[in-house]
Amino acid sequence: MIVLLTSILAITLRAGTSLIYATIGEIYTERSGILNLGLEGMMLMGAVTSFAVVYHTGSLTLALAVALLVGAAMATIHAFLTVTMRANQVVSGLSLTLFGSGLASFLGQRLGPGGQQLMGLIGPKFMPLEIPLLSQIPVLGALFNQDILTYLVYLLVPLAWFYLYKTRPGLNLRAVGENPQTADAMGINVTRVRYLYTICGGMLVSLGGAHLSLAYTPGWAENITGGRGWIVIALVIFAMWNPARAVLGAVLFGGINAVQFRLQAAGTTISAAFLNMLPYLATILVLIVMTWWETLSKRIGAPAALGKGYMREEK
Amino acid sequence: MRIVFEKRQTISNTAVVLVPVVSFLISLFLGGIILLALRANPFVTYAAMARGAFGSWQVFTETLVKAIPLMLTGLGVSIAFRMQFWNIGAEGQLTLGGVAAAWVALFWSGFLPDWALLPTTILVGMLAGALLAGIPAALKAYLKVDETLTTLMLNYVAILFSQSLYYGAWRDPKGYGFPGTALFPAAAWLPRIAGRAHLGLIFALIAAALLWFILKYTRWGFELRIIGENKTASRYLGINIARNIVLALLLSGALSGLAGACEVTGIARRLQQGLSIGYGYTAIIVAWMAQLNPWAVIFVALLMAVLLVGGDQVQMMMGLPAAMSLVLQGLLLFPMLAGALFTEYRLRIVRPTPHLQEARQ
Repeated sequence: MIVLLTSILAITLRAGTSLIYATIGEIYTERSGILNLGLEGMMLMGAVTSFAVVYHTGSLTLALAVALLVGAAMATIHAFLTVTMRANQVVSGLSLTLFGSGLASFLGQRLGPGGQQLMGLIGPKFMPLEIPLLSQIPVLGALFNQDILTYLVYLLVPLAWFYLYKTRPGLNLRAVGENPQTADAMGINVTRVRYLYTICGGMLVSLGGAHLSLAYTPGWAENITGGRGWIVIALVIFAMWNPARAVLGAVLFGGINAVQFRLQAAGTTISAAFLNMLPYLATILVLIVMTWWETLSKRIGAPAALGKGYMREEK
Repeated sequence: MRIVFEKRQTISNTAVVLVPVVSFLISLFLGGIILLALRANPFVTYAAMARGAFGSWQVFTETLVKAIPLMLTGLGVSIAFRMQFWNIGAEGQLTLGGVAAAWVALFWSGFLPDWALLPTTILVGMLAGALLAGIPAALKAYLKVDETLTTLMLNYVAILFSQSLYYGAWRDPKGYGFPGTALFPAAAWLPRIAGRAHLGLIFALIAAALLWFILKYTRWGFELRIIGENKTASRYLGINIARNIVLALLLSGALSGLAGACEVTGIARRLQQGLSIGYGYTAIIVAWMAQLNPWAVIFVALLMAVLLVGGDQVQMMMGLPAAMSLVLQGLLLFPMLAGALFTEYRLRIVRPTPHLQEARQ
C-alpha cells in the first residue's frame, strides 16, 4: 500500500510539473487582461526546440534557455497582435496554436541529425535527484526524489503568489487586468504591463513544454502535449487566477494521469479508450462545477478586463 | 510627433478586400524565409505546391476532395462565430458524424431498403454532429460554461471514441489486422462527381446558399446577427439568446457532422484512421478569413485546400514535411489579424500643437 501511494504521488508530481509551470504562466498573462489560447502551440514548440538543443549540444541548461527564448518569441507575436494591433484575442491565440503545432511537427521532422527526424531519438534528460534523509520519509519522500524542474516549482508557487498579492508591481498587474482605464489614469503603462506579462507567461508555458520532452517523457513525439495546453486553460479557471491554487488543479490532473497509468499497468477491465478520455471529461466536469460555484457564490475570479483590448483614445 | 490609430467614420471597403490579399502575400514571404532557413528554394517549393493543386484535372479533383469538408465545417464554424460562440469543436463534430454514419452504413442495411440507406446514413451523421455541438451550446446558454474548452475537450473524446471502435469492436475481422471497419455496402456509398470528388460538393453549395438566405432574409437570421453584434440590444428586442445559441449550434454541428458523414461514405467508404486530420481546425481559419460570409467560405476553403494538397505534393516531391502547409496556414492568419485593425482604424501622425507646447514650458 505504501509503495503504491508513493508511486502514485511520485507520478502525480512528475505529471503535474509541466501543468503548474504553464498554469502559473497563463495566470500571469490573464491577470494583465490578455487571454492566450496559444498554449498548446507554445508548449509543443518549447518541447521540440529544447529536445533538439539537448540532443545536439548535450547541455540541459542551454535547452532550457532556448525553451524560454522560444516561448518569449511566440508570446511576443500574440502580444503584438492583441495589444498593439487590438486583434481578437481568441482568434490570435488559436492561430498561435495552429502555427506552433504545425511548426513543431515540421521541426520535429527536420532537426534530427543530418536533417532527419527527431522522433525516437534519445538524448540527455533531467534525472530525479534524491535528497538525503528527506527522501526516506514514507510516502512523502516522493516529494524529495524529483528532477530539478520539479524542485523549482516548490519555489515558483509561493514566489508567484507573493509577487502577485504582496508587491507593488503585482498590484499594478492586477489593476491593469481589472480596469485598464483606471490603471492608466494612475500612471501605469498598460501596454508595457500587458507585453511584459504576456511574454513572461509565454516563457513559463514553454518551460512546461520543455519539462515534457526533457524529463516526463524524454524525447520528442508528435503531439507530445496531448492537449495539456488546453487543459491548462481550464486549470486557470479552476485556480481562480490564484497561483497558489494552481497546485490543486495540477495535482488533480497529474493524479488522474497517475491513476490511469497504474490502472493500465494493473491490467484493469475498464476500457483503455475510456481511461484516456478521463482527463478531458474531467476538464469539462471541473469547468461546469467551477462556473456553477462562481455564479452561486457571486464571486467572479476572472480579471474584469480579460479578453478586452484597450485603446487609450477611446473610453 | 507620434503615430496614433484613429477610428474611421465608416468601415473601409478597400481594406476589407486588400487585407486578405496582402496577408496572403506576406504569409508566402514569411513562409519563404522559413523554407530558406531549411535550405529549400521557396520559389521551387511554391511552384511545386501550385502544380500539385492545379497541375491537371485529376489533381484538381483531389483539391476539391479536400475542399469539401473544409467548406462544410467552415460554414458550420462561421454560424457559431457570428454569435461570438467560439466553437473549436468542428473536428470532433466531424469525427462523431463519421462514426454515426458508419454505424448506420454497417449495421442498418438489414432493416432499411437500399434506397433509404444512404439518406439515413447522412442524416444520422448530421444528428450526431449536432448533438456534440449541442452539449457545449446548452452548457454555455444555460450555465455560462466557457465554450472554447468544452468544444475542444469533446474533440479528444470523439476522436478517442472513434479510435476505440475501428481498433476494437468494429474492426474488420477480414482486414488482416488493419485498423478500420469493413467496407460499407454499396447502397451506402455517396456518389462521386469527378475523380474522388463526391456529392458533398453540392451539399456544401446548397448549405452556403441556405445560410446566406437565412442570414439575409429571415427573422431568425436577423436575430443571430443582432446577438453577435450587440447582446444588450438583442435583450431589449426580446430575443431569446439562450435558445438561439442552442439552435445555431445544432445547425453548426450538423454541418460538421455532414462533412464527416460525406468523408466516410464518399472517400474511404469505411471508418478508418485519417478521418480527423485537422479539417475542423483549418475551418476556423476559413471562417475567419471569409469574414463569416457563406460564399466567401466556399472560396477560402478552396484556397486552403490548395495549400493542403500542395503541402502533400511538396512532401512527396521535395521531401519536405507536410506540416509545412500547417505552418503556412498559421502564417496566413497573423497578418490577417493584424490587418483587421485597418478596416476600422487609420494611422495618423499627430504633431503637438504649438500652444500646448508653450503651455508646457
